Amino acid sequence: MDKLLFGDNQFFGVNHMSESKARAQAMRFRDTDAIMEVLDVALELGVRTFMCTTHERISEICDRVRTDPGRYAKFVFYPSMPYAHKYANAVTEEGMLGALRRFLPDEGRINAVLKGGLAVAKKDIRGMATPLIDAEMKMFRGLETPVIFLQNVVVDLLLGLGFYEAFRLFADHVRDSYGAEPGFITMNMPRLLQALEQVGIENPIICANINKLGFRMSGGIAANERALRTGRFRAIAMSVFASGAIPAEEAIKWVCDQPNIKSIVFGASSRSNIRHTCELVARYWPTPAEDLRPQRVAT
Amino acid sequence: MIRMAVVGLGKMGVSHLSMIKAHEKVEVVAACDSTEYFLDLLNKHTGTPVYSDYSKMLDQTAIDGLILATPSAYHFDMMKEAMARGIHVFCEKPLTLDPGQSKELAALAQSKGLVNQVGYHYRFVGTFQEVKRLLDLGALGRVTHVLAEAYGPVVLRPKGSTWRSQRNAGGGCLYDYAAHPINLLNWYFGAPDAVGGTLIGKIFSKDTDDEVYSTLHYTSPNPLSAQLSVNWCDESQRKMTTKLTLWGTNGQICADRQEMQVYLREPHAGLADYRQGWNTRSTTHLTGPVWFYLRGEEYSAQLDYFVTAIAEKRAENINSFESASETDTVIAMLLADRSLTNGQGAALARAPTKAPAKKPFSFLGSR
Repeated sequence: MDKLLFGDNQFFGVNHMSESKARAQAMRFRDTDAIMEVLDVALELGVRTFMCTTHERISEICDRVRTDPGRYAKFVFYPSMPYAHKYANAVTEEGMLGALRRFLPDEGRINAVLKGGLAVAKKDIRGMATPLIDAEMKMFRGLETPVIFLQNVVVDLLLGLGFYEAFRLFADHVRDSYGAEPGFITMNMPRLLQALEQVGIENPIICANINKLGFRMSGGIAANERALRTGRFRAIAMSVFASGAIPAEEAIKWVCDQPNIKSIVFGASSRSNIRHTCELVARYWPTPAEDLRPQRVAT
Repeated sequence: MIRMAVVGLGKMGVSHLSMIKAHEKVEVVAACDSTEYFLDLLNKHTGTPVYSDYSKMLDQTAIDGLILATPSAYHFDMMKEAMARGIHVFCEKPLTLDPGQSKELAALAQSKGLVNQVGYHYRFVGTFQEVKRLLDLGALGRVTHVLAEAYGPVVLRPKGSTWRSQRNAGGGCLYDYAAHPINLLNWYFGAPDAVGGTLIGKIFSKDTDDEVYSTLHYTSPNPLSAQLSVNWCDESQRKMTTKLTLWGTNGQICADRQEMQVYLREPHAGLADYRQGWNTRSTTHLTGPVWFYLRGEEYSAQLDYFVTAIAEKRAENINSFESASETDTVIAMLLADRSLTNGQGAALARAPTKAPAKKPFSFLGSR
């Protein structure tokens, strides 16, 4: 994994601090050209990994990348699935099963599962989940997706429920069918680490909020720091600026001081902001990512 | 450990179940729903004891607290049954579809000394709590008008097959969306004395409402009007957005879940951290950490508040049945006013009748 990964919140009207800012960004990036311009700048500045939700508009970006393999030879996608609002809105409209029916590509299969009664249902969680994953992955066909993430609302919902086998199922399918590493996005990193270890997912890739403010670092900043010190997972820090609440330099310096962080995912809309972040990371995080910091043993 | 049961495993119920299972002071002893298929999955993969028969669950399980997230029309009977057994109840909003029933439940909870809470989660959002603090301090001077809005992309085409698409089951924009800004107004200003000009309309739905507009009138302690503007067919919103704008003699506050903008004409003695002119605060700074995050700190915080109330035997509750019944009363007022004014009747001032315009003379004749 590279030290800097490029996120996509800014392109789709997600801003944790301001609705009006989010809306302005959604307008600015209404055309795929505007998104490509920013991605091209990032690529030019050496940020070549695009960590993106499986938002329907991402498929347009995939098309652009596919049609210009020369230019995007080094460009890599880290898909994060699913795009949760699509499902949440469908559940409100049509109920749980209705939503499943809508998104599962193979109507016959889900209906067979639902009508087949409990015995079938017991066996076929895998049969239901894997087509959903495949449906989300369709847009990336032919593109590099070395890490595939399960998105935080789903991860944290399953985590709270205690449905840890689902993580295993996701990890297996992503490895077997896509030759990719599974990744997990969460707002509850210390708890998730335990859960993943329980189902035998060793040294997982976990993307979590890691910022100086402790913003959305559930379990508390201390527990998060303890988990980082164990070195038992590959951490990707997100929300490092807490949506702009922490000044850039202060934010990056703090994150780079934390142990065992492999990557930072950040979003930016302008050349100057992307360059600034790159410069800060180069200054405060000068060594290659993989041997960044001595791996401390759990205390 | 507080022994908790979750009843009704739709979107809200499942997320409540996930959050409460992760609470260190809670043991989830039962989950109940009518969809046996889902119960079976839940039991098999998470070990949660499951029931498809509510009464059987109550008979067979020792439960301290209940989280009820069934369709609103079932709330009344289910809560009565639970409270009769001395179980504390957290209920999804709205409390019931009939203010009389809501008041009855509030009285029952009170008489039995049971913790009673309704899921109006906006009262646990940092920005809206800060608005409350500012108003209580009188930072805006005398508040003269409020615009209370809620928009979101729920019904975007003419279909829908769940209980949410039926008004008599407690579905629709009025109960699902408008209840939230109304509840915030109740929190800040109490119940209005009257409502007028209510328009409750359909945009795509067949059996329920998609938009709610009304004016709420308050007379005491000061005259105040509030305009309600709610529409759940708004695809321009990524998700539900609730926004309040308040005007007072000393300035303006504009707040949503993310941020709050405050304009003060004069600084306020009790607010050292707010200056004359514009002040902004974001949720990032106003929101406290939670033990487990699923979909917003407020959802976790309200459940923790419920658990703590049970553990500490705390009587008062920021979202008590009593306060929620006030919101149900306002909803009933809107429905009553709507039947008076919706599109016709004497309540509307009509445009003066115009004399038909004379056709201008033309050599070419009329086209």
